[in-house]
Amino acid sequence: MSDAVDYGAIGKSGLWTNNPALVQLLGLCPLLAVTGTVVNAMGLGLATLLVVTSSNIIVSLIRKGVSDAVRLPAFVMIIAALTTCIELLMRAFTYELYTILGIFIPLIVTNCAILGRADAFASKNSVLPSAADGLTMGLGFMLVLLAVGAIRELLGNGTLFDGMHLLFGEGARDWVWRPFPAYPGFLVAVLPPGAFIVTGFLIALKNSIDTRLKQREAARQTKPVKGSKRVRTTGNIS
Amino acid sequence: MLRVTSPHTHSARSTGQLMRLVVFATLPGVVAMTLAFGWGSLFNVALASVSAMVFEAAIMRLRGRPALFYLRDCSALVTGVLLGLALPPYCPWWLVVTGSGVSIILAKQLYGGMGYNPFNPAMVGYVVLLISFPVEMTQWAAPASVLPESQSLVGLAEGLKQIFAGVPVDGYTGATPLDVLKQNSGQTMAGLYNSDPTLQAGMLAGAGWEWVNIGFLLGGLFLLYQRVFTWHAPVAMLTALGLTSALFYSSGSDSLGSPIFHLLSGATMFGAFFILTDPVSSAVSTRGRLVYGALIGILLFVMRGWSNYPDAVAFAVLLANFAAPFIDYYTLPRTYGHQKARRATEKEEH
Repeated sequence: MSDAVDYGAIGKSGLWTNNPALVQLLGLCPLLAVTGTVVNAMGLGLATLLVVTSSNIIVSLIRKGVSDAVRLPAFVMIIAALTTCIELLMRAFTYELYTILGIFIPLIVTNCAILGRADAFASKNSVLPSAADGLTMGLGFMLVLLAVGAIRELLGNGTLFDGMHLLFGEGARDWVWRPFPAYPGFLVAVLPPGAFIVTGFLIALKNSIDTRLKQREAARQTKPVKGSKRVRTTGNIS
Repeated sequence: MLRVTSPHTHSARSTGQLMRLVVFATLPGVVAMTLAFGWGSLFNVALASVSAMVFEAAIMRLRGRPALFYLRDCSALVTGVLLGLALPPYCPWWLVVTGSGVSIILAKQLYGGMGYNPFNPAMVGYVVLLISFPVEMTQWAAPASVLPESQSLVGLAEGLKQIFAGVPVDGYTGATPLDVLKQNSGQTMAGLYNSDPTLQAGMLAGAGWEWVNIGFLLGGLFLLYQRVFTWHAPVAMLTALGLTSALFYSSGSDSLGSPIFHLLSGATMFGAFFILTDPVSSAVSTRGRLVYGALIGILLFVMRGWSNYPDAVAFAVLLANFAAPFIDYYTLPRTYGHQKARRATEKEEH
């Protein structure tokens, strides 16, 4: 293992180039199911972020003591234990949100993005890079959840940050923002089809940004062909 | 660039001519709707067609294709006209524009445009609106012959105010015959026909509605005569709907409606001749179209009878669109010279 760990690359991979939700398309079940509002998305995103970071750390710590044959069950046990901790914490501090998210909190165990990171990264790397990887992957996942949640809440209910007191206490109750008070609500956005459509558009947006960037990079790197001569122009060039 | 679009069939008519013929064929139905409900449907059709063509042109520009060439095949126009006819008269303008946007952008262009859409675009737009805006989508105008003596159909000024400014017009809505049947609490069929004003004023299936359906039937027969489509899907659907409603018919208080009632109410004829016959999203073989039409007829009756929605042509058509490739797989015709039909998944014999 070389000493120089490129944390920038790890961060870029988790947040953009290898984003769990937009590129790997992992963890789609919670992504599609609970992103009806920003607060739901943030609750599940934070829980997933905590689980993936701590599971990466623990898996990385024990990576030399676990044989290849039993690694997957061992990882799943670790993730399940951590998810149970998060579930109990949420039940203690954000009970209402816990009841809203319901089955999707325990289902974090089955989120393939988490097991994928444990197997693909944490079991091969030391603690600090693994923690960084878990953190950025979790953040990347949470940001997509938040984006989908915000778009669906805005389109479907005409509100933003509704019900944030479920997560941040009573003081956050009036964070709710209504850009158009008379907005009738495009109900399909909060229904399951809306989740698929919004996620699809986000993936398309990411791909088109990538294509643009690649084109710009290619244009920047093309060097003038050696020996080519510029056409001589006379007169005015407008 | 080669400027042709699918379907690549050899025919005396171009796609544009065919589509314009379909638009003309809606005329009897449009006239019947205007006579029954006032100018609201005409306005819906106009707004939906214009916005559908604008969306089509915008997407074509985004895709870097010649917009005018694709507008000339009139498929966006047909989608707009069909959606406009399906929407309730005097509904707010944004409802119509949202619907045609969903139809053209989501249901048609995102799947690859003309010839590639697995679902009927107009029906996707309608269903998205129905589940998103149930209040606006279930207020249908009452037919002219049912309105009280002092009241006439919605005037131009007040209608426009409702459409654009949201100032509601008083008492222009009424329960459609299908609503009445759905909300029937304990009346026999004969009782319903005697008590409900719409059914009372009509001959067979409610004033206005029966004529709208007869209008679309006439337009459909014209298209059939012009050989725009084959008879299989519409006839199979109407037969299946008639047979199932006859099978489950009772005149008592739990009645699900008589065959003639089902055939002449709601969107039955409109669906049978203008939606089912969409060449892109329906089954393609002759036997396949029979199965496809029958499936829609049965689904339509089941949903009218036992679901929460009074009419369900759009849902039935979308479900059958899902099934169309599957139906095609099992109803492939035998090619001349072969012993049996060869399916796409079977290996070629040498």
